[in-house]
Formats: sequence, structure tokens, C-alpha cells
Amino acid sequence: MKYYRSHVLIGINETSIAAGVHAFVKGLRAELSKAGLSDEINILETGPLGFFGKGVCLTVYPENVNYENLKAEDIPELVQEHFLKGRPVGRLMLDTVGKFSPKFNYESRIVLRNSGIIDPESIDDYIGAGGYEAFEKALTQMQPKDIVEEVKASGLRGRGGAGFPAGVKWSFTAPLEAEQKYVVVNADEGEPGTFKDRLIMEGDPHQLLEGIMICARAIGASKAYIYIRGEYKLCIMRLQKAIDDCRNYGILGTNIFESGFDLDIEIKIGAGAYVCGEETALIESLEGNRGHPRWKPPFPGVKGLWQAPTVVNNVETLANVPFIIAKGAAEYKKYGTPECTGTKVYTILGDVAHPGLCEVDMGTTLRTIINEYAGGMKKGFKFKAALVGGAAGVILPDRLLDVKMDFSSLNQYAAVLGSGAILVMNEHQSIVDMLWSILRFFRHESCGKCAPCKNGTQQLYRLITKIKKGEGTMEDVELMQMIAETMQQTSFCALGQSPIMAIRSAIENFRDEFIAITKEIS
Amino acid sequence: MYKEICAKYAPTKDNLIYILHEIQDTHPQHYISEEAVQAISEYLKVPENHIYGVLTFYSMYSTKPRGKNIIRLCESPPCYIKGSDNVLRKLKSILNVSVGETTKDGKFTLELCACLGVCGNAPVMMINDDVYGDLSEEKVEEIIDKIRGRN
Repeated sequence: MKYYRSHVLIGINETSIAAGVHAFVKGLRAELSKAGLSDEINILETGPLGFFGKGVCLTVYPENVNYENLKAEDIPELVQEHFLKGRPVGRLMLDTVGKFSPKFNYESRIVLRNSGIIDPESIDDYIGAGGYEAFEKALTQMQPKDIVEEVKASGLRGRGGAGFPAGVKWSFTAPLEAEQKYVVVNADEGEPGTFKDRLIMEGDPHQLLEGIMICARAIGASKAYIYIRGEYKLCIMRLQKAIDDCRNYGILGTNIFESGFDLDIEIKIGAGAYVCGEETALIESLEGNRGHPRWKPPFPGVKGLWQAPTVVNNVETLANVPFIIAKGAAEYKKYGTPECTGTKVYTILGDVAHPGLCEVDMGTTLRTIINEYAGGMKKGFKFKAALVGGAAGVILPDRLLDVKMDFSSLNQYAAVLGSGAILVMNEHQSIVDMLWSILRFFRHESCGKCAPCKNGTQQLYRLITKIKKGEGTMEDVELMQMIAETMQQTSFCALGQSPIMAIRSAIENFRDEFIAITKEIS
Repeated sequence: MYKEICAKYAPTKDNLIYILHEIQDTHPQHYISEEAVQAISEYLKVPENHIYGVLTFYSMYSTKPRGKNIIRLCESPPCYIKGSDNVLRKLKSILNVSVGETTKDGKFTLELCACLGVCGNAPVMMINDDVYGDLSEEKVEEIIDKIRGRN
């Protein structure tokens, strides 16, 4: 292997592409070659770097310097000053550098272990980093039931929001006799503020594929579908390349590794419906129908896609699987808490110094995540609340900053971990306004199948709009809570059962704001 | 033309979503016409009623003719608190349309949409397949001017 003095990791994603990253890379290569540095400085086009700077962003190792918003005209200065003379260019650096050094690449990571480090479009890079060893082990050294047992023992819980143990889910489907079984990957990420799955797929598509392969082997499926939103163009492109490369390498196809096991993976594109994140609605959509959820039971594990046994898992859940099989459940359980093992990937947004992506142990407190991984609050802003888990999540006030972020701990506060979105609000932002935006979202996304959700989301939006305008009373506030509670008890699927989370947490934690904005009943 | 697109896919109902995507993407006005629905119905042997059911359920499809460029501005909470409503007001005024309408010259259709998964750069919009982030009132004006000049 060639030795390089420095490695330049350039984040290729939707926003950097829009900012012209491809032309930038070309320009940078030319400039480095002009300066005679091509053999000293390595350029790697990779996935998410762990921070969301503006425009074209890059990280230089081993110095660990982050640049953002780079333009073509910055290239000569960058090359002359930083790469030739070793003096990082202060004016181009992320503004928080100095006070805060991103921890991302120093953390022991599972899901994101390769993200921002390898070239996601190279199967050789992935294999070089130990990729597909777990699949080979699962195929040649383990029986399907051993795989299920290992995943069960690891305590891995579904990362889509509900937190159902993945191994248990698999164990319903594995023993069933059926001509055809399916693995379906839920990559229809639509929870507002959540885009961890996009970054996982952009940064390391092969790891997801390996997780799918192991799952398929465990339950005896020969076909897998990745149901992904149409907007995720870069993910789709990278996943398709990864699938094609696997077919060429004989990792997908028939009689894989001479084991007699066959598997093919296909990408299916969604058409824009939040409710399709619900697993039965997703299956309906795959079959070419409106995305209406199905009655359960039978659960998809027994009767799913085209009535065949189907395991539906979230992207992040499956991305954990290769680690579990390669290193063993015992090693996996060293991460997280005894009840909620492993790590969780979060996207931190809003008024923090350093919005970004991080993977931390389950049970890490919100305070630690905000302070250590997002650099604390943005200068001059004070923490007021965080919306955790997207629209179907809860609004947490500062007194709950030290609650451990895992499925069980949050349950004690009637809160949910949800999808991994953390949206931080400052003291000037209105909770009522935020709630209005959330309820507008639900009104739009209700699928219309069941009356409680269809009518309830309309009424909630009507009430919060009235309150927001200052025309509501505290009775309206109570009514809102009552409607949402009824919806929780009577709605057909999780969508209608969710608005209560945000409403209750907003009213309980920020009652004063509702009192201030409502009229007294005369 | 519709028949040719249909023929690229196996005549099974699960391909409906893809056929609709391709027909809409290749239509100069980015919509699914009545004739298209009839053609799909014949090809897949599913009732037109089912096709309309699917077509009107998903937010990415349109039954009305649309402009050359489709603007989809995110209105979900992360973009909302970063000021997407100001951006919307600006877009409405420079394009002189309301949400769901197409400009008189047929160049732009303005739509709102739910989370696009690019919240790190909120507020965000997509124009056709391109994502534009960190929007401000000045920035959208520049973007629209640039696209106007291009076509």
C-alpha cells in the first residue's frame, strides 16, 4: 500500500453535489498535481463526514481539520498554505473548530464504522475493511437457527422507532415452511428531522447489503427488497452499484460461496407517503396498492408480501447485524445498557453549535449528545427544548436533559426514542408554533383509512391553528389532548397513535406558554 | 407512447408504481393523463379506479399538468423552524403563484412537501431532481433567476 502524508476525505452527498463538489475535486487534484503533491496527499471521495457544513466540506487527516463551504477559487490557497506549508487556512475552517473537536472518528462505532473513511462505491474497500466476512461465516460456519439465536442474544432492537427485538422477529419467520420468504428493508425514511438511514446507505451501502444477506440466510429468504424513497437518488445509485458489484463477485446470485444458498436483492422506489414507514402499509405499496396499513394479526412475519412470510427491518437495524455475527453477541452487548444494547445513530439539528451525525452508546444522555457531539448550543442561544424522534416524538424540556436515551428509560417519562432525530430549539422559539407545524404534518400524512386518525388529525390542526392565532382557550388545549388520547386508543396504526406524544409533552412541560397565548373563558 | 413505457415492465400490479413514475417523468408536463391511466389499465388488467386510487394517494404523482420545473419546498418542522414559511412567501411573490399552481409561462410549479431528509441544511427544497439547501429569501431568488435564464 502506498504511504500518504495526508488524507483528504471529501463528503459526497446531495448538498455537496449541488454545490459542485465534483468540479471541486477535479480542480483540487489538478492543483495538487501542479504542486507536485499527488503522491503525498490522498483524496478520497466518501460519505458523511459527521458534520453538516455548508456546501463542499472536507476533513484532512491526520490533522483532523474540517473545512466547509469551499469554492473553486479557494483551491490554490488551500494547496499552498495547508498541503504545502502545513498551515491550515483559518478562514475556511468550520467556525467551531478550536473550541470543539469532533469526536466522531475517535468513537468505537458499529453502524458508522466505515462511514467517511472508505470509498462507499468500492466493494474492494469494504472487503478490505473486513466486509463480507460475517456473511461468509453465517453461510459456511453457522446454521440458520444459530444466526437467529446470536441476534436474539445480542439484544438488538429494531431501530425504526418501536424497538421490537430483531432476533425475536426473525424467530417467528425462520421455522415456517414456505415456498418463498422475503426480507424487506424499510428505507422509506420520512420522519421529519431523520435522515440517519440516508447517511448510513450513502456512507456504507455494502454494510446494509451484508446485513440483509445474513437476515435472508437466517430466515431462509431467497429474495430481498429495499423499499427506498424516490428522493434519495444518491443512495439508490450507490446501492445499485453495490448490488451489481456483489453479483459480479458472486456474493449475490445462486449457490453463493458453494453453500447452495441463493439470494437476490432488488431496489424498489416509493412514491412519497409517510405512512409507508408502517410495515404493512409498506408491503401494500410494494404490491402496487395505496399504502394503507393492514390488520394485524397475521403479522408480516407469517403473512407478508404476497402473503408469504416476510421480515421487515429498518436500515439501521440490519446495518448492526454484520458486527454481531462477526464479533459475537457478547462483544455487541458491551455497547449500550443491559436492557438496550448496542449503539444508536442520531441526527442532531437546530440551534446547536455543530449540527451533525453521531453514533453513541444506547443510554447516553441528551445532555452528553448535545454538549459533546454537537458542541453545545450555538453561541448566544439558550436551550429551551428538544424534539426527540421527529413528529412522532416528544418535546423534552431542560429538566429531562439527563434522562438516558434508550427505549426503556424514555418509556418512564412517556417518551419515545423514535427514529433518532434530535431537533434542538432555543429560548426564543415558540412551542405552540412547533406543535402547530407537527400537527399540520400529521394532517397531511394521515392515510385516511380509519376514522379516528382521518378526522382526528383534522380536528387537532383546526384547534392548534385557533390557539396559535390567540383565539383559543385552555378548554381547547384540553380538548386537543382528549382527542389525541382517543386517537391513541382507537387508531388503526401507529400514525394515529402518535400525535399524543408531542401534544402531551408540549402541554405538560410548557403549560405556561399555552396559558399565555389562550384567552380566558368569559 | 404510453404502451411503449408499459411494455418495459412485466404486466403485474406491483409494477404500477414504476410505470406511473416513468410516465410522469417522461411527460413534458410531468403528470399522468386520463389516456395514460386507460393505457395502464389495459396493460395491467386492473381497473382504472384502482389506478386513480394509487395515483392520488402518493404525493409524488399529479393528475394535473404541471410546469417544466417542479419546486417542492419542505414544510416539515425542522425546515419550518428555520424559516421555510419566509422562503415560501418569497417564492409565491417572485413566481406570482399560489401553492399547487403553475406559472403562466409554464416554467415552474410550486408545491409543498414533507421532509426530504436533508434537514442538516434546512430549509430545503428540491427542483426536479436537485436539492437546494440553506435557503434564504435572497438565495431562492438567485436560484429561480438562474433556472429561468437556463431555459
